[in-house]
Amino acid sequence: MLSLIVFLPLAAAAVLAAARRLPDAAARWSWVAVTVAEVVLVAVAVVRYDTPAGAGLAFEQQVPWIPSVRSSYHVGIDGLSLPLVALTAVVFCACAVHAVREERRPRAQAALFLFLQSVCLGVFAAQDLILFFVFFDLSIVGMYFAIAGWGHGNAARSAMKFFLYTFLGSLALLVGFIGLYLGAQPHTFDIPQLAAAAPLANSPVVGGLVLAAVLVGLAVKTPTVPFHTWLPPAHTDASAIGSAVLAGVLLKLGTYGFVRIAMPLLPDAWQAWSWVVLAVGIVSVLYGALVALAQTNVKRMIAYTSVNHMGYVVVGVGAAGIVGGGTQARELAVTGAVTQMVSHGLITAALFLLAGVLQDRASSYEMADYGGLAAPAPRFAGLFAVAAFASLGLPAFSGFIAEFQVFTGSIGVTWVAALALPGILITAALFLRAVQRLLTGPPGARSVGFADVRGREALAIGGLLVLALVVGIVPGPLLDLITPASHTVVDLVSR
Amino acid sequence: MNEDPLALLPEIAVLAGAVLSLLAGSFLPRRRQWVARLIAVAALLTAGIAAAVTMGGPPRTVFDAFAVDTATNTIRLVVVAATLLVIGLGVDELAGTPRESETYSLLLLSALGAVVMAGTTDLLVLLVSFLLGSIPLYGLIGMARSPGSAEAALKTYLLGALFGILLMLGVTVLYGVGGATSYGPLAVGLGDAPAAAVAVGVVGVLVGLMFKAGGVPGHFWVPDAAQASGTTAAAFLTTVPKIGALVAVYRLVLVLPGSVDWRLLVAVLAAVTMTLGNLAAFAQTDARRLLGWSTVSHVGYLLLPVAVAGRSTEALPSLLLYLGGYAVTNLTAFAVVAALPRRRSLAEYRGMAAARPCLAGALLLSLLSLVGTPPTAVFIGKLTVFTAAWDGGYAWLVVVAAANTVASLFYHLRWIAPVFRRGPAPAAGERRPFATTAAVLAGGCVLTLGLAAGPISSLLDGPLAG
Repeated sequence: MLSLIVFLPLAAAAVLAAARRLPDAAARWSWVAVTVAEVVLVAVAVVRYDTPAGAGLAFEQQVPWIPSVRSSYHVGIDGLSLPLVALTAVVFCACAVHAVREERRPRAQAALFLFLQSVCLGVFAAQDLILFFVFFDLSIVGMYFAIAGWGHGNAARSAMKFFLYTFLGSLALLVGFIGLYLGAQPHTFDIPQLAAAAPLANSPVVGGLVLAAVLVGLAVKTPTVPFHTWLPPAHTDASAIGSAVLAGVLLKLGTYGFVRIAMPLLPDAWQAWSWVVLAVGIVSVLYGALVALAQTNVKRMIAYTSVNHMGYVVVGVGAAGIVGGGTQARELAVTGAVTQMVSHGLITAALFLLAGVLQDRASSYEMADYGGLAAPAPRFAGLFAVAAFASLGLPAFSGFIAEFQVFTGSIGVTWVAALALPGILITAALFLRAVQRLLTGPPGARSVGFADVRGREALAIGGLLVLALVVGIVPGPLLDLITPASHTVVDLVSR
Repeated sequence: MNEDPLALLPEIAVLAGAVLSLLAGSFLPRRRQWVARLIAVAALLTAGIAAAVTMGGPPRTVFDAFAVDTATNTIRLVVVAATLLVIGLGVDELAGTPRESETYSLLLLSALGAVVMAGTTDLLVLLVSFLLGSIPLYGLIGMARSPGSAEAALKTYLLGALFGILLMLGVTVLYGVGGATSYGPLAVGLGDAPAAAVAVGVVGVLVGLMFKAGGVPGHFWVPDAAQASGTTAAAFLTTVPKIGALVAVYRLVLVLPGSVDWRLLVAVLAAVTMTLGNLAAFAQTDARRLLGWSTVSHVGYLLLPVAVAGRSTEALPSLLLYLGGYAVTNLTAFAVVAALPRRRSLAEYRGMAAARPCLAGALLLSLLSLVGTPPTAVFIGKLTVFTAAWDGGYAWLVVVAAANTVASLFYHLRWIAPVFRRGPAPAAGERRPFATTAAVLAGGCVLTLGLAAGPISSLLDGPLAG
């Protein structure tokens, strides 16, 4: 079941890549069909999912792969990965719908995005470090081509920067994984086994260095300050759906690594370094928000709010490692962090798709070029306003649920986490200002004749926002999924 | 007792193939030179089958000088497969040329040199295999008969002579202080020999072998020869000689006594080689020269398991796995180069993905593999090699190698980017069906080796003879 979910898009990508004579329309619609099938499959998986006992996994599957280094094809999902698997399916489906009128090499684009979908799902399903790394690295390769092939502006340069920077991160990750492998007795790359063994617990120096390597790798991907500089150019020059996937799904690969690998596998080192993680999180929140406030380019602004929003996740997981605090508060922080991943994925993907509408109609992201868009494009204005309010954490949207939990949990652990609170205020200010500049006031140079959001775009963006709203109003089912898993993570990291 | 010529059947087959294809070529008219090619291919196939049959047998030493064990058998298979691939990608270039049969003969002789070098456990045979592997190379490089190839051939020849002398000097010193040339007695003899003398001998032999491996300080000829010689020769010389040399180094260092810190020497050579190869590759604009420098950097990674020989159980299997993965990956890249003879500079690869999607796919696979992207062949090699090096206490070298891998991404991307960029493709040259087929086949192998690493690595896990 899980392997089907992971590899169905890859198989479809292979067919699309090979079928050179396929008409463009057929390629686009088969892409949509596959992503819809994925959403259905994931929905079935969610319905059939039954929280496994203890630290167990659902839909588990294990086949030996490289026995000489005890690496296997081991997949399985739990409460941490299932929400992200669902998020991946939803975001990619929205992208497929959004791109259904794509004119530039639609067949290749469909194949590439299906490939990306497969590897992203693979990362979330992987229960073996090497398997995790394989998918993690392939996601970088896929994204490179997505930026270089369908971007605009200085796409080649941005794509190169993205590839080099994140590849550096992934190599650091690989070094860390090798350290974990050698630290465990017997040597293994299997994540559940490593989590049970907690390697390097007795060697703080090596454990700290290995954690440092893993953290650098994940921090580049997340990205946190100071490793975030690849993000703004990559987003600015990527296509709308490229940005949506990058922000909506790929950034989660980094934060997911914190809860899946760094915390359970290196509990001692994580405890020792949790203050550093917390500090990095707070700085990311504040710095991301302040720099976003200074942007005049809509897409760069949204990119920096991603740094800010991912910062909340880092604050949550950092606080969870501070053993002095209450267990309940730490669990709440982890639950909030995972919820934030889902929430940010939905909302930011919608925001980037909206930014793509600006580029599509008027080839500019500069806020100064627009103004008064509410008159010519009421649907765009409505969707943008809703997305902006969702992103700044308005109650009734998923962002509120997530940030509320992160802050309640982390401040319950330590008051220091409260230093990140101004981030919410700044984000609110910058989104309100963006709404004001884009949608109200006198019409700008490029507002005249601005064509409103079309049916397929509205469907994709609206769908994401409706999901964010549903999570915000009825968070129960999602939290029921995540809470047992965050309980396990906090248990593991407290050893 | 151990004088069993049958154990050397693969080597004998290759030698016979070399002689017969040369003889056949001398008597055949030019349009029927393909007979010589058939002879060479048949000889290689015979050698491959003979090696595959002995694979998995108990390790033993024959003639007191040649180990028949997992390592030798693996190298036999890798060299045979690589040489077959080289001939396959070169057919379009060579068919009907005046020197066709001579090329096959030289390829086989040099391949034989590589296998003997990998298998030998005697310093004198090592010396002979050095010459047997090198002298045909000079001819192969010069065969293109262009000013560039003449320069490259002369450069290779002079360097080969110099490093050959260094090797000889090292062998002489080791023999002098150790009292034997065969590795078994030599290990005993070197145990209480003066450390300084042993160090001189070791440096001489290692540096001499670095010429064949294409590592610092014997790397100068590699980029020139890769750029200026014919594509067939370039593909061969960047792949096969180093296969033999690295296993020879591995066997030799196991003999050395603890009084000499050879591990550090190898580790430093590794770090310098990979760094220099990568830095030099940065500015290249010629595809083959870029591959030439990239091959230098890979020698650096390949020296990692040598530095921890005997300390990590993973060292030898990881070396063999990396060698096999690297050989097929590098040959894929050269097969693509051979299939597109008109495109020399990186910029000329613009628009290739649209014009030749299969070749572009093979090139992408091989370049990503050279970088070490999973799940390709070199990724598995790098993973196991890094693990072995860390396990053997060289974590700093792993960090250097990881940093170098990131650096290598940069220049490989400089090649990938134009391939997938839209643009006016240069006028299509003649079709080269053999090279194209070789590229696609080898590209498939790059992926298969990565995915099927499990069963393959279990085959490589055998003890050394002697």
